[in-house]
Amino acid sequence: MTRQEIRQAIIDILADIAPDEDTASLKDDVSLRDQLGLDSMDFLDIVMELRKRYNVEVPSSDYPQLATMTSCLDYLSPKMA
Amino acid sequence: MPVHYDVLIIGAGMSGLGAGIRLAHYGRKVCILDRHYLWGGLNSFYRLKGYRFDVGLHAMTNFVPRGTRNAPLTKLLRQLRIDYDELDLRPQLMSATWFPGKRLRFSNDFALFESEVAEQFPAQADAFRRLVRHVMEYDALNLATPEFSAREVVAGFLTDPLLIEMLFCPLFFYGSAVENDMDFGQFVIMFKSIYCEGLARPTEGVRRVLRVLMEKYKGLGGELRMKSGVKRLSVAGTKVTEVVLDSGETLTADTVFSSAGYPETLELLSDYEPGSEGATHGQLSFVESIDVLTKEPRDLGYEFTIQFFSTTEKFHYQKPQELVDVRSGVICCPNNFRYDRPLDDNLMRVTSLANYDLWAALPPEEYHEAKTRWHRLVLDEVVRIVPDFRPFVKFTDIFTPTTVRKFTGHVNGAVYGSPVKFKTGRTHLDNLFLCGTDQGMLGIVGALLSGISMANMHVLQQA
Repeated sequence: MTRQEIRQAIIDILADIAPDEDTASLKDDVSLRDQLGLDSMDFLDIVMELRKRYNVEVPSSDYPQLATMTSCLDYLSPKMA
Repeated sequence: MPVHYDVLIIGAGMSGLGAGIRLAHYGRKVCILDRHYLWGGLNSFYRLKGYRFDVGLHAMTNFVPRGTRNAPLTKLLRQLRIDYDELDLRPQLMSATWFPGKRLRFSNDFALFESEVAEQFPAQADAFRRLVRHVMEYDALNLATPEFSAREVVAGFLTDPLLIEMLFCPLFFYGSAVENDMDFGQFVIMFKSIYCEGLARPTEGVRRVLRVLMEKYKGLGGELRMKSGVKRLSVAGTKVTEVVLDSGETLTADTVFSSAGYPETLELLSDYEPGSEGATHGQLSFVESIDVLTKEPRDLGYEFTIQFFSTTEKFHYQKPQELVDVRSGVICCPNNFRYDRPLDDNLMRVTSLANYDLWAALPPEEYHEAKTRWHRLVLDEVVRIVPDFRPFVKFTDIFTPTTVRKFTGHVNGAVYGSPVKFKTGRTHLDNLFLCGTDQGMLGIVGALLSGISMANMHVLQQA
């Protein structure tokens, strides 16, 4: 997947998890937690959905890599190439 | 070969459904077992003489507007992938706590409650604000925090005994398994859910909530087996190896969740030794009457949604010495929420503390008469607080602690389960976990979050 496709895949997941939040105009370098009001349960869901949809494993020690959209893309690009 | 599941869940109540939806969403082969023909557990529904009644639910606590961040309701909707509108939540009009000479009103706007306290207990206003700040800053969701007395904490802020009793009254009634006190963490959760957030009800009552959950669960491929009581959990070593149903059929599972209650679950284990569960049986049970009226309560001048009351200045939240304690209770008017259309029936529900042992010991021929007699005594007190609706009653149904026992399986008909809670859900067996009442989260929102968090912690995060 291209970086752009991965970005869309993440946005689709975020929109499913937090449908009342504005996922269309996300800023890539601002923490997802702050922008979307995500908590640890939501981050577990991002990881679970990545596994379910794309077979990507994110070990819990790597959760901090999911802090912003940019860090997600940097971290996931090699895994979802 | 017995049918094998990833997870078997005992009990099709809110917590079992919450856990089931999470597990099915992530592809687990899951089956919920329930002894009864109707799901919902403590929050169920029935039809009688053409009327539709709810059991359990007076109102859903934790009401917040759509999209409110960091609120339990938002969390559970996110986790279950349920849209806010699906639950059709209609906010309350206004509720109150009534004690002799005082009535503290509260609504879904916390400012009303704050101003009521400030007006009626002016000497306590500052202390109350400090208590509220402490409650807001306290992390009640840390499962590792040991339990400690909410009364002791509150006494460090407030000094007026009447205000203290009035503050605790709704919180006890809506979720304390302990007599005359509660864990401070539980106090914080309940305080926020009732006073800071608020109350709402779907137009169709608990049916709506259960239908949404059940459709979700089944749509994800979750299995449900009603009239399938669990007779025994076979134990070998540190694991549950088989789940044996009342019918004799045997199922197996990697993981078993039980919402049956802690002592009730232990009693299912094949290596159970009587007495080993210790003194953890809850004692608090209730009678509830549902009166169907010929007039809308609002036409009688009654505009409260829920009133919690005590006719004595000291509130006795404990197992009564008689069949029913008429000195206190909860009066719920399901008609008094902000609906688009009036409900089909006009209802007044009254809930009072009751003594399970005395109800259970009644000879069958006295049971019906006792219900009628105590209902009359309860209403004699209730009409001090609400307009006298007795001339307009056209039908009454009453349930007692023995009804609770029959439909929930809770020992002693203890609505809120064991006074000792198990926040991590862990038992002494590696693959048996508790969810629901005895995991310690109460109310509809709490129970759903209990199932969700136990599924996350013990299955989904382990993968």
